[in-house]
Formats: sequence, C-alpha cells, structure tokens
Amino acid sequence: MPLGEHLDRHGGFLLRGFGGDGGPTMLIDSVERAGLTGHGGAGFPTARKLRAVAGRRRPVMVVNAAEGEPASRKDAVLMLTRPHLVLDGAVLAADAVGAREVIVAVHAGLSSVQAAISQRQTAGMDTTISIKVVQVPPAYVASEESALVRFLSGAPALPTFTPPRPYERGVNGRSTLVQNAETLAHLALIARHGDQWFRSVGTPTAPGSLLMTVAGAVQRPGVYELAFGVPLSAAFDAAGGLTEPLQAVLVGGYFGAWLPAETALSVRLTPADLVAAGAALGAGVLLALPESACGLAESQRVASWLAGQSAGQCGPCTLGLPAIAEDLAVLSRSGNTANVRNRLERRLRLVEGRGACHHPDGTARFVASTLQTFAADLARHRRGNPCPESRYPVLPLPGDPRRP
Amino acid sequence: MSARLRVNPIMCQAHGLCAELVPELIGLDEWGYPLLSPEPVPPALMEYARRAVADCPTLALLLTED
Repeated sequence: MPLGEHLDRHGGFLLRGFGGDGGPTMLIDSVERAGLTGHGGAGFPTARKLRAVAGRRRPVMVVNAAEGEPASRKDAVLMLTRPHLVLDGAVLAADAVGAREVIVAVHAGLSSVQAAISQRQTAGMDTTISIKVVQVPPAYVASEESALVRFLSGAPALPTFTPPRPYERGVNGRSTLVQNAETLAHLALIARHGDQWFRSVGTPTAPGSLLMTVAGAVQRPGVYELAFGVPLSAAFDAAGGLTEPLQAVLVGGYFGAWLPAETALSVRLTPADLVAAGAALGAGVLLALPESACGLAESQRVASWLAGQSAGQCGPCTLGLPAIAEDLAVLSRSGNTANVRNRLERRLRLVEGRGACHHPDGTARFVASTLQTFAADLARHRRGNPCPESRYPVLPLPGDPRRP
Repeated sequence: MSARLRVNPIMCQAHGLCAELVPELIGLDEWGYPLLSPEPVPPALMEYARRAVADCPTLALLLTED
C-alpha cells in the first residue's frame, strides 16, 4: 500500500520521544495494557522487551522481517503489502526507547522496502530517526535473534552464546531491541487507536489478532488475519476450506508440533489452548496434511532439511541432528524397530538445550511430535508397507518443484 | 552462594578432559560432548570443578554463580 493511501486509511501518528511529552513510558504502558506479545515465534511480552532497552545508551532498533521458516510467509507478505504499517511501528518503538537508528532485516524484497523508506523521506517523515534495510543470508538460523545481531555487526550470521542478550550488548556492542515485523504492525495500530481498541478482538488473556500462513490441503493457501480465540478450523475456512479429508495439522512451523485432525479442528487459537493441546503457536503457521499424504515421509524430509540447517557450531546439534534425521528415515522406511526407536528417543532427549540457540530443541520437538502423532503409521510401515515419498510434498522446503 | 557448571557449546571441541577430572558431575554423550549435572556443585567437589574449568583446552567450561 503506497504511503498516501496508508495515511488516508490509518491517519498519522505522533512521536512523543523518550523523555518527551507524557513521559518516556507512555507508549510502552499502552502496549503493556494492550497485552501485545511477540509474533516472531517466542511470544515474549513486547512491553518487557521495550523496557529492557529504554533509556540505555544509544540503543538500536532492529526490525526482524527475515523469516527463515520455509512454511511461513506472513512477514514477507506484510512487508510487501503493508510496509508503512511496519515502518510506523518501528519508528514508534525506536522513539519510545530512545533509539535513533532502525535497521530492517529482510530475506527478499529489499527494493520494495527501500522504496517505502524513500516515500517517507520525500514526505518529510521520520526526520529524527534513520532507517536502513539490510538483506540477511537465506539460512534458517540466520534470522535467530543473536545471529541477526552478529550479522548486523559485520560478522557471519551465526547464533552466539548468551548472555549477553541483545538488549545488553547487541549491534556493534550497543543495546539492541529486536522486534518481529508483525509485532511492530500491531504496535503501530495500538499507538493510533489505543489498547482498548486492540483488546476489542481476541480473548482477555490472548488479546488482538494474528497473521497466519495457512497451506497444505486448503483451497486458497495464503496469509490470513484471525482473531485470537477463534477455533483453529476458522483458519481453514478463511483459506476457502479443505480440499481433502484432514489427517493432521502441523502447527507453528518446523519447530512446531503435529496435532491429529480431531484435536486440531476443536482447539481454540490461543497460545495457552495450543500448549494444552500439545502444540505451540510459533510463527503462526498451519499446514493441513490430507489423509492421502504420509506424515512420516513428509516429516522425515523436513527433519533431514533441519539437520542440514545446523550452523555447525555446537557438537550436539552438528552431530545429533543428522543422527536423529537418519533414525527417523530408518523408522519411516522399515517401521517401528525397537532398537532404532529407543536410540532415537534417547537422542531426542540428548540434544535438547545443548546448542547456543534453540535449533536442536525445535528439531527434537518436531520429531518427537511426529513419532507421537503418526504412531499408527509406524506400526503399519513395520508390516512392510512404507509409503513412497510424494512427488509434491505438503510440507514445503526451499527448492521444491512447483506443482503444475 | 552456589555455583553450577555450564558449557559454551560453540567453544567446546569435545576434548573430554572435564569428564576425566570430575566424573561425578560431568558425563560424555555418544559424540564425546559433555553432559553436565544441573545441580549446584557440592562443596566437596568444588576444587575439582574449578580445576576442570581451568584446564579446559578451549576454555568452554564455566562455573556460574547463582
């Protein structure tokens, strides 16, 4: 949406400034009352992140629009269609914490973000804050917070050992606020319309709305906005309904978990409801696996890819994930052989919490949920009926052939 | 005041020296990387824990105070 149309629809906004009119914490207080949490995957309360940086010496604001998750499209779509809402949020958040520099990190679409920034400069906006856009290498772990900060400091985009966390020592050693692009779009709307308005949709404990990438066996795969608290099935309705009977749903992306069809269709879309059902919202991905697909073959392909995405820095991740992916491949081919199954379960426990970042934990969670949800398939494969790998997999990976 | 062992997994190169020095608190996984006891280091083992931290060839082993 061009700047003029954007301002016609949403109106302008007022920067109050750190330490300016209404005190340094006016917007942060409003964000806290709104109950906004991060939409990048971890779901951390946004106001707490803002407060951790506010008032530190020369902080830096980083917009994380570089979604590494191959199944997620929400931030890319948001940057392409509503760049000014994200940039408004970035400028507002930067102003609220006293940052004078905003860095927008993207995987693709560099020129369209650049064009949006130029439009704002021409219109005389953002005079007190400089915005630049940076392209991040296309690796899964490159957009992990510490890897992003390291990359923006001129080093390779690899996760670092914490502490220090980015708010303590971030880009070039300066205190850094890293916020997901969608989170900032919500923040821009809270700044204009207030926290009560934000809470007019959603539930008391999960206020507001979220962007979801809905794909797999649906009529119109795409990115949809849903209110927190609606049934998960509403996301499939938004995507035009299912194309085939549903077998299971992968919730949250490739660090997420499978839910069997009946659980998935009845669960409500809130972080707490999903956790109670054994999943997590993650980056807001829903992948509908049809009855005709093999959950084991699909998951094994993703597990192998995840193993290959290890940054190669930490031993348990570098060596453990390929071993885990291979175990899952063996089980997927020849069924539930007890010794491989036991070894795999031991390895899943072994890698957890033993990387500098959460790559091994997320991969282990995904594989553990695969074993649980497709237990019946494991038994069937053991009886000598493995499924052929699909030519057009439901779970997308970079470089997949396109369905004609 | 209590202290726990922690490893920087990026620095660790699986030399395994630490597991030799304090087997009570440190085991090795199937790839030779250390598995640390999450419990506070007991006073009786503190001297050995400090020794393991000091002797780690890549300085990956840490003692963190709670």
